[in-house]
Amino acid sequence: MSSCWATIQDYGLRSLGIGERILPKSDITFCEQFVLIGSGLIWNIYFGLIAVFFGFWFAIILAIGKNSRSGLYRVPSNSFIFLFRGSPLFIQFFFAYELFVLLPKAGITLDLGFVILSAETRWLTRAWLGGIIVLFCNTSAYSAEIFYGAIRSVPSTEIEAADAYGITGFKKFWRIIWPSMLRLAWPAYTNEAIFLFHATALIFFSGFPAWRQSGDALYYASYFADKTFNPFLPYPIVAGYFIAVTLLIIYLFGRVNHHLNRHLDLKQKSQLKFSINLLR
Amino acid sequence: MFNICANPSSLEGTIWLICYLTTAKHFAFYFSFIVVLMLLILAAPLSLLFGFAASTAVRSSVWFVRICAKAYINMVRGIPDVVFFLFVPLALDQLFELIRHKTLCSDVVEPIWRGTDFMVCSAAKLPLSTADLWVHQLYSFILALIAFAIVFGAFAGNVLTGAMKAVPKDQTDTAAAYGFTQKQIFWRILVPQMWVYAIPGLSNLWMILIKATPLLFLLGVEDIVYWARELGGSKTSLYAYPHPDWRVYYFAGLLIFYLSMTWVSEKILIRLQNNLSHGQATMAGKELQGDI
Repeated sequence: MSSCWATIQDYGLRSLGIGERILPKSDITFCEQFVLIGSGLIWNIYFGLIAVFFGFWFAIILAIGKNSRSGLYRVPSNSFIFLFRGSPLFIQFFFAYELFVLLPKAGITLDLGFVILSAETRWLTRAWLGGIIVLFCNTSAYSAEIFYGAIRSVPSTEIEAADAYGITGFKKFWRIIWPSMLRLAWPAYTNEAIFLFHATALIFFSGFPAWRQSGDALYYASYFADKTFNPFLPYPIVAGYFIAVTLLIIYLFGRVNHHLNRHLDLKQKSQLKFSINLLR
Repeated sequence: MFNICANPSSLEGTIWLICYLTTAKHFAFYFSFIVVLMLLILAAPLSLLFGFAASTAVRSSVWFVRICAKAYINMVRGIPDVVFFLFVPLALDQLFELIRHKTLCSDVVEPIWRGTDFMVCSAAKLPLSTADLWVHQLYSFILALIAFAIVFGAFAGNVLTGAMKAVPKDQTDTAAAYGFTQKQIFWRILVPQMWVYAIPGLSNLWMILIKATPLLFLLGVEDIVYWARELGGSKTSLYAYPHPDWRVYYFAGLLIFYLSMTWVSEKILIRLQNNLSHGQATMAGKELQGDI
């Protein structure tokens, strides 16, 4: 047990580059596998959180654009959604990586007058930035389709009532459409969040190299499967971790769903269905 | 391929490009597109079969069968598909080799797992080390196909279970009242009627399946991703057709391939949906007849 504690100290934050530099090579114990794969999970959670948080807002902008009567907003939104929903995420990662590699190495300097920002383009070829950008665009497109569907199914009576009270413009959106839209979209959006979290496992297998062997949970799992020739331990461990986080997502999103439905009586409440509804 | 391509270094412009795109390696690249289509065509019915079996098992009267089937169709909700794609082929490969080892070389007493090695006798190797390259390719393709069937079978199981639940209970009750047996109710009432409820989910699944095919790359099959990386990488003047890093163009080509695949599928599936809704007592069916 004490040796396992030492393993946690050595490898607990290995995926962030903290701790023992060299990965275990021989006599690999269960504890080492469990700790290192768990350490990799930090990356999956990081990718998932950042992409969902930023993707949520961009998806709403896209959904409003897609719902717009003016082609100026509708066509770009539609094309963006089609591009990222119509092609495999795996290919998107490869394409983006090769694109980022071709960018000039020197970096871009932005002179904003009061402050000079310098962004290094080589960061784009690293998973923590390049991978996030692709994931962000991908989840935005999928969520936008969900939110668009929800906007379309906001009861017309609510909008008519708003018109009757003289509520217009941004206020109409923010006070009337937005709450209903979010409530209607939430069960499907929960599903999207789960699928996105699963998709984070693809990043280190698709062009983006794991720098100094700091990878995600699946990266370490396949490392162990390669080293021990025994897939029956690392892959169930990684599966267990993913199931645990998926249950956490369902719980957290369920709480939000409860909050969004709090004004409705029991009959109208849309329960988060535990059975899967496929969206991708 | 063409006679004018005999001396590549003397070529220029369009002719260079034509010759470049018709090299033997490029034909291997084009063939890999057929491999992807083959996978799609074979994986779709297989996973439908797996899904049908699972959704039938969910309704089983045996408790153990029911639990197993439920676990199977729900596992895809918690575990990323890519984990299965890495795990299943490796696990199956070891399983097959283990069985062959036990039957073919029962005289070998040394353990199979030696430290960090998985050693079976050479006669038990799958495929045999003397086999041709295409046998190795075919073997990894079949393993990949099984992995796809397992994962998408679970997805299809979800869809079909939902569809079976969606068939109006009056229908099965009526059948029972007429003295149909459970088996007859299942095959004559439930199964024929569930498809119309299953089609939207299955269409969606087809789109997901298309977008999962590049994962073949992870399974050791020389698929389109493999060739795009191989052919696109920068080639020095040692090669017949030297060029800088063109991988981004190859992947752009793949993007276009997949976009057109999904675009065409979407069009066909909408048409199919409309055909099936025709005459149905649903909102879609009534809209088609102009009642709404």
